Amino acid sequence: MANQSPNKPLLEVKNLRIEFPTRRGTLTAVDDISFDIMPGEVLGVVGESGAGKSLTGAAVIGLLEPPGRIAAGTISLDGRRIDNLPYEEMRKIRGRKIGAIFQDPLTSLNPLYSVGRQLVETIQTHTDMTDSQARRRAIELLSDVGIPAPERRVEQYPHQFSGGMRQRVVIALALCAEPDLIIADEPTTALDVSIQAQIIALIKRLCRDNGTAVMLVTHDMGVIAETADRVAVMYAGRIAEIGPVRDVIKQAKHPYTHGLMGSIPTIGHDIEKLTQIDGSMPRLTDIPAGCAFNPRCPRAFDKCYVDRPERIAVEKTEVACWLYEKEAVHG
Amino acid sequence: MFAFIIRRLLQSLIVMMAVAFISFSLFNFVGDPVNNMLGQEATEEQREALRQDLGLNDPFPVQFAAFLGNAVQGDFGVSYRLSRPVSDVLATRLPATLELVFVAAVLALVIGLPLGVYTGLHRHGFGSKVLLTLSLIGISLPTFLIGIVLILIFAVWLGWLPSFGRGDTVQIGWWTTNFLTVSGWKSIIMPAVTLCLFQLTLIMRLVRAEMMEVLRTDYIKFARARGLSNRAVHFGHALKNTMVPVITITGLQIGSLIAFAIITETVFQWPGMGLLFLQAIQFADIPVMAAYLCLVAFIFVVINLMVDLLYYAVDPRLRVERSGGGH
Repeated sequence: MANQSPNKPLLEVKNLRIEFPTRRGTLTAVDDISFDIMPGEVLGVVGESGAGKSLTGAAVIGLLEPPGRIAAGTISLDGRRIDNLPYEEMRKIRGRKIGAIFQDPLTSLNPLYSVGRQLVETIQTHTDMTDSQARRRAIELLSDVGIPAPERRVEQYPHQFSGGMRQRVVIALALCAEPDLIIADEPTTALDVSIQAQIIALIKRLCRDNGTAVMLVTHDMGVIAETADRVAVMYAGRIAEIGPVRDVIKQAKHPYTHGLMGSIPTIGHDIEKLTQIDGSMPRLTDIPAGCAFNPRCPRAFDKCYVDRPERIAVEKTEVACWLYEKEAVHG
Repeated sequence: MFAFIIRRLLQSLIVMMAVAFISFSLFNFVGDPVNNMLGQEATEEQREALRQDLGLNDPFPVQFAAFLGNAVQGDFGVSYRLSRPVSDVLATRLPATLELVFVAAVLALVIGLPLGVYTGLHRHGFGSKVLLTLSLIGISLPTFLIGIVLILIFAVWLGWLPSFGRGDTVQIGWWTTNFLTVSGWKSIIMPAVTLCLFQLTLIMRLVRAEMMEVLRTDYIKFARARGLSNRAVHFGHALKNTMVPVITITGLQIGSLIAFAIITETVFQWPGMGLLFLQAIQFADIPVMAAYLCLVAFIFVVINLMVDLLYYAVDPRLRVERSGGGH
C-alpha cells in the first residue's frame, strides 16, 4: 500500500508470551518470541506440532481460543498495537487488514451456504458494494484463484468442490478485502501432494501481485524453501533461529535447524541415510531448564542445562544457542 | 429426491400396517367388552348374540381384513362405551388435542430456541447458570405435579385462569377451536404451559449443546477470521448448522407431546383424545383404543415424513445429486 514506507515492518511481534491457565498451574505455550514481517514479505514459520507456531498465528489475528491468552508482549500492525484492541475493533481488522487461511479446506467452509454467498457476505462486511457488485467481485475472485467456470461454480456448495478447489475458495475468501497480511496456517497439509505445489504457487502469485505479506506456518521445510523470504524455526514455544531462507537452509546454525535440514530427502544428493533428531519435543509441562533442546542436542554442554540462550546475531541470521556466544566471544 | 419420497412413503405404509395389526390384536387380547356392555347379570344367549353382532366370532384373518378395510375408510366401528361411531367421537376430540399440542410446541420452540442460543453463547454467564438450573427442574418435575401447582396458583389462589375444560369454543365445520374466544385462550394457557415445559427445556439444552459444538468448528473460526460480525457468525452460520438435530428432536417430540397430552388432559380435564383414551382403557372400549393408536401412529408417520423433507430444505448436501459435483 502507498502509505507504507518499505523500511517499516508491517507486523511487529515483540516478546510475545501465550499462556494457558490450567488447574495444575500455568502452561507457557509461546515464550518470549519476537519477529517482524515487512510489507510484501513471506515469513515462513516452521516447527514440529506443538511448537507454538499456530498459536502465534492465532494470536496475531486475535483468535486465540480461551483459556489461552496473551500474557506478555505486544503485536503491532502498521505501528498500531492490535493485541489489546476491543473485540469489535479487532473484528474490523480481521479479513480487512489481516486475512487467514486455515489448515483444512474441507472444514473451513460452512457446508450449508453456497460458495458465492460466503464470498458476498465477506465482501459486503468490508466494503459498501451492492449485491450485484459483490457478486461480480465474487466471480472475479474465483476466477483469480483458478477455479474454472466461476459463473457456474459460484452457485455451488462446498461439498461440490474437491479439496484443492475448496482451498482455492478459502484463499479467495481470505483475499476478499485485499488484506495487507495473510496468516496461512498449514495451508497445504491436508491436501494431496500433487495439489500442494499448485496451492503454494497460487498463494505466492496472488500475494506478489497484490503486495500482500504472508506469515506461512508449516512443518514442511520444502514449502518454506520454495516460498518464503525469511524463516523462523520454532522449538518448544521459542524461536530457535530466524533469518533469510537461503542462509538458514544452506548454513543452519542451531543444532535443531541442522537436524531438521538433515531429515529432508533431496534428489540428486548422494546422502546414504537421512538423519533424524532423536527423542521428541518436550511437553509444555516438562520443558527442561536451560535450553529446551538440550535433551536432544548432540552438541549440548554444561551451560545449556543451566541458562536459557537469548537470540544472538550470527552473520545474517539470529540464533538462540550458546555455541555461538562462545564463537562471538572468541572472535 | 422423488425416489426418496416414494421409499419413505412405502416405509410409512409398513409402519402403519404394523400398528394396525397391534391395534387390531387388542380386540382379541385385551379385556372382554361384552362384560362391560351387558353387565354381570346378562344371560349366555345375550352374550353370544352380542359377540355375533360385533363380529367377535369370525376367524382372525377375516376380522383383520374387515378391520383394515374399514379403518382405511375412517370407520373404526362403534364405541362400546358411548355407542357412537368411533370416528365421530374422535372427530370431536381431535381438535382439542391438536390445538393443545400446537400451542405447546410453538411455546417450546419460541422460548426454547433463543434460550438455547443464549446459554450456548454465554456458557459461563450468570444468566446461563440460572437457566440451566431451572431447566433441570423442568426436566425432572412430573407433568401432573406442575399442572396441579399451576392450578393451585393461577386458578385457586389468584383466580385468573379456569382450572379445567376448554372454555368457549367456536365451531368451524367439524373443527372446534379455542383460538377465537377469550375464554378459549385463557383455558389453553395452563395446559399448554404444563405440556410444553419438558419439551422447552429439552430443546433449550439440545440447542445449547449443538451451539457449543458448532462454535468449535473450523468454519466458525474461519467466519470470525473473515471479520464477520458476531450476529452473522452466531445466527447466520452457527444456528443454522444446529438445525438438523433440532428439527429431528422437535419432530419426535411433537409425537411425544401427543402422548404426554394424556396426563395433561387428565389433570386439566381437557376434552381431548388423551382423556378419551384413558376413559376407553378403563372401560376396555377397544374400538376407541385401536382407533387412537392408529391415529397417533399416523400423526407420527406424517411428522417424520415432514422432518425428512425439512432436512432437504436445510442441508444442501442432501439436496444436490452427487453427479452435479465437479470432482
